[in-house]
Amino acid sequence: MFQTIVPLFVDALANAALIFFVAFGLTLVFSVLRILNVAHGSFYSIGAYVSASIGLWIVSAGLNPWLTFPALLVSAALVAALFGPLIERTLVQWTYGRGEAVQILMTFGLFLILEDLQRLVFGVSSYYEDTPVALLGSIEIGGIIYLNYQLLLIALAVVALVAMRVFIGHTRMGRLLAVVVADREISEALGIDTRRMFTIAFTLGIFLAALGGALATPTAGVAPGLGADTMVLAFAVAAIGGLGQVEGAALAAVIVAAARVLAIYLFPALDAVAPYLVMLIVLLVRPYGLFGKPAIRRI
Amino acid sequence: MTSNSASAQPLLRAEDLAISFGAIKAADGVDFALQRNEFVAIIGPNGAGKTTFLNLVTGYLKPHRGNVWLDGRPITRMAPRRISRQGIARAFQIPQLFTDHSLIDNLMLAIAAREGIWQGLTPLNRRAYRDEAMEVLELLGLAADAETMTGTLPEGLRKLADITLAFALNPKLLVLDEPTSGVSSIERFRIMETLMNAMRRRGLSALFVEHDMEVVQKYADRVVVWNAGHVMAEGTPAEVMSNPEVLESVVGVV
Amino acid sequence: MRKPIPLLVAALALLLLVPVAFPHLKFVITLAVAKGFAALGVALLLRGGLISLGHAMYFAIGAYATAFLGSKAGVSDLVLLLVASTAVAALAGLVFGAFLVRYRAIFFAMLNLAVSMVIFALTSKLYGITGGTDGLRVAVPTVLGWAPGKAAFDGFLFYLCILLMVVLGWLVHRYLQSPLGHALSAIHTNEVRLEYLGVSAWQTLLTSYTISAALAGLGGALAAMSIGHVLPEFAFWTESGHLVLTAVLGGIGGVAGAFIGSVFLEILHTVAVGVAAEAWNLIIGLALICVIFFLPRGIYGLIEARRGSTKETGL
Ligand SMILES: Nc1ncnc2c1ncn2[C@@H]1O[C@H](COP(=O)(O)OP(=O)(O)OP(=O)(O)O)[C@@H](O)[C@H]1O
Ligand SMILES: [Mg+2]
Repeated sequence: MFQTIVPLFVDALANAALIFFVAFGLTLVFSVLRILNVAHGSFYSIGAYVSASIGLWIVSAGLNPWLTFPALLVSAALVAALFGPLIERTLVQWTYGRGEAVQILMTFGLFLILEDLQRLVFGVSSYYEDTPVALLGSIEIGGIIYLNYQLLLIALAVVALVAMRVFIGHTRMGRLLAVVVADREISEALGIDTRRMFTIAFTLGIFLAALGGALATPTAGVAPGLGADTMVLAFAVAAIGGLGQVEGAALAAVIVAAARVLAIYLFPALDAVAPYLVMLIVLLVRPYGLFGKPAIRRI
Repeated sequence: MTSNSASAQPLLRAEDLAISFGAIKAADGVDFALQRNEFVAIIGPNGAGKTTFLNLVTGYLKPHRGNVWLDGRPITRMAPRRISRQGIARAFQIPQLFTDHSLIDNLMLAIAAREGIWQGLTPLNRRAYRDEAMEVLELLGLAADAETMTGTLPEGLRKLADITLAFALNPKLLVLDEPTSGVSSIERFRIMETLMNAMRRRGLSALFVEHDMEVVQKYADRVVVWNAGHVMAEGTPAEVMSNPEVLESVVGVV
Repeated sequence: MRKPIPLLVAALALLLLVPVAFPHLKFVITLAVAKGFAALGVALLLRGGLISLGHAMYFAIGAYATAFLGSKAGVSDLVLLLVASTAVAALAGLVFGAFLVRYRAIFFAMLNLAVSMVIFALTSKLYGITGGTDGLRVAVPTVLGWAPGKAAFDGFLFYLCILLMVVLGWLVHRYLQSPLGHALSAIHTNEVRLEYLGVSAWQTLLTSYTISAALAGLGGALAAMSIGHVLPEFAFWTESGHLVLTAVLGGIGGVAGAFIGSVFLEILHTVAVGVAAEAWNLIIGLALICVIFFLPRGIYGLIEARRGSTKETGL
């Protein structure tokens, strides 16, 4: 049993790490801008398409295959730089102070547009580029073989979590962001340029989503419809953890991974719906997620 | 003028109510009783926990400890809608209105809620409701604004509108959180006069938070002084006003 | 709020002439009205300030109920099929709604989307019941003993759709004017006050959610009969997006808006299908954003505005 469950769990955890990046971005944008971007998942698939395209180009151009590693990062940065400021400055900014309904409709419209744009630009066939996986090879621990690339994904997720804590706690920009999160009015009164903070946070959120997608291409590839699935999964993870709670999202990603393993092991048919079932149960018991706190409106 | 018989149980009773927000103990073991037909004023400095107490009594917040009874029946931890149906209506410190509805629609909805909201496909806008709503609006001098969207009313009128919604429920106990804040000091007495008279006529009891000591002196049978989440003193307005501790902590604010 | 009644009556008269004047539009309009029911369901929830990004699932549930009852349970009567399919969708709405209407704003939107994606996955996978990705065929039903051919049935279905639209539209309008309907929009502006009036927001919303699911289910059943085939794509989230756009386009001002928006979009789809089949979602998304930017009250709002009413509702 150990021999089957541990590799399954590592596999699920590597998947969860990818979703965690998206949920991390989602929850970051939510805590700073108080907006839940319905189009967020699309940047995962766009990141995946871009990194797969660049990776395929590197290989076909006969360049050093190790270049595919920095290419993963570069494609995520490219997507973030291209879309982040543009979308925040135009569509998203317009919705500030206009109520949640408008924000949902606006980002949902964006979602529909981005899904079709991807099909127009990248076609309907799936992309697959696994040079990084091949380069890293595998390792045998206790008679079980693991893909090094999958272990790297899990490590990267942990690094991202720690890096965020260091960023918030030890850099000027991070501290300013924390103030904006804690109290928008006070931060404006203190003279913090909240508009700039919003743009930065939104772009950072897109970067994380695109990074998740870029990192996913070597193992999972990318095909149409990935954006929608990812969006709902990332929302499930963010909601289980409590919107705005990054550590919560990390824990939720692990829980979802465990639930998937359990489902594969016990009821294979439930594999795909396991994350939703976890979300359902958690939200029934704790409507604000594991780490979330209800905001009591003063009356 | 306390309750007519000493043996009657209080209309509202709270025992050892406690809640805290992080380190702030907003209610710290509050004991409280209000008799039938009694008008009780709550006074106290900003942040003393007056609104929090009303929130606990009306079910908006669940106490970490303690109990509340209405008419001898426990209402602790009940949702606001159930407590409201048991006979406590509330007007808020920050007016809570249906801002996309006209004032008269707000009131007709309150009346319909009182009568039971499940009425099939009969329209809300009907003669009986309209007449009753206009009556309440006239009482508080709001008749001219009946067709105004409540979201566009000025602050003072919004507070009054909020009170009419509570009043229309015909409760046993009316809870008012600073009913006259935002109303000019000339208007203040006229409004309290009509409001209090109407309440006495209907035989209601009232619990109101008030900063204006003149209003308190004029309309309260009994005053309860709040400080840092607990009751610091209570008595008739005259007794309370002559308590040096109270003068120091509260009247400084007034 | 004055209703542009004469305009609506004129539009209705025009619709009744469609089978005679523009026979090739008959199918398009039938489908538009069917989807209009689902859009009306979405619009109903918009009244309460809630956006469902998954309502196509109830449309699909209604459609599949009709297909399943017809092909596997041997029910062939139209009335029975419509009633049963609507009831199944309403029941699904009641069950899911009991959980979903506890949530607001983005939670409500995303949870509806999540449930609809599970339903979509199930319809494509439960081959034995749903026919998997091939879907199910829907035979031409009988109407109280009358067994029409396909062409005669299509003509009948067209007028039945119009009749149902008028009757149910009027009932929904009455519902919105009733205390419970006003309570629904009151949830949008101030749920705390509503609860303090002694009204349960949960019950109010669950009622409206169930009605909206029933409307969508009826639409799905009608569409299934009209198309003659049901597919898992009926439940796909892009269809839900289509419904949201229709509801927003029609404006939340009135019941007629959902149908006006639906007819407009369906005709546009027919015209644009040659040009932009690949980019239909892109067009829908762009339109959604444009409506939010420029027409916050939708098409219906335009008609109203021309008649001098300037009441600003926003969303
Ligand atoms: N929902 C809440 N979350 C956190 N702290 C709260 C909350 N509600 C009240 N408090 C805190 O509890 C204390 C009591 O607040 P409360 O509103 O009850 O005071 P109050 O006596 O009504 O004051 P005021 O005269 O200003 O209305 C304050 O310190 C307030 O900041
Ligand atoms: Mg207060």
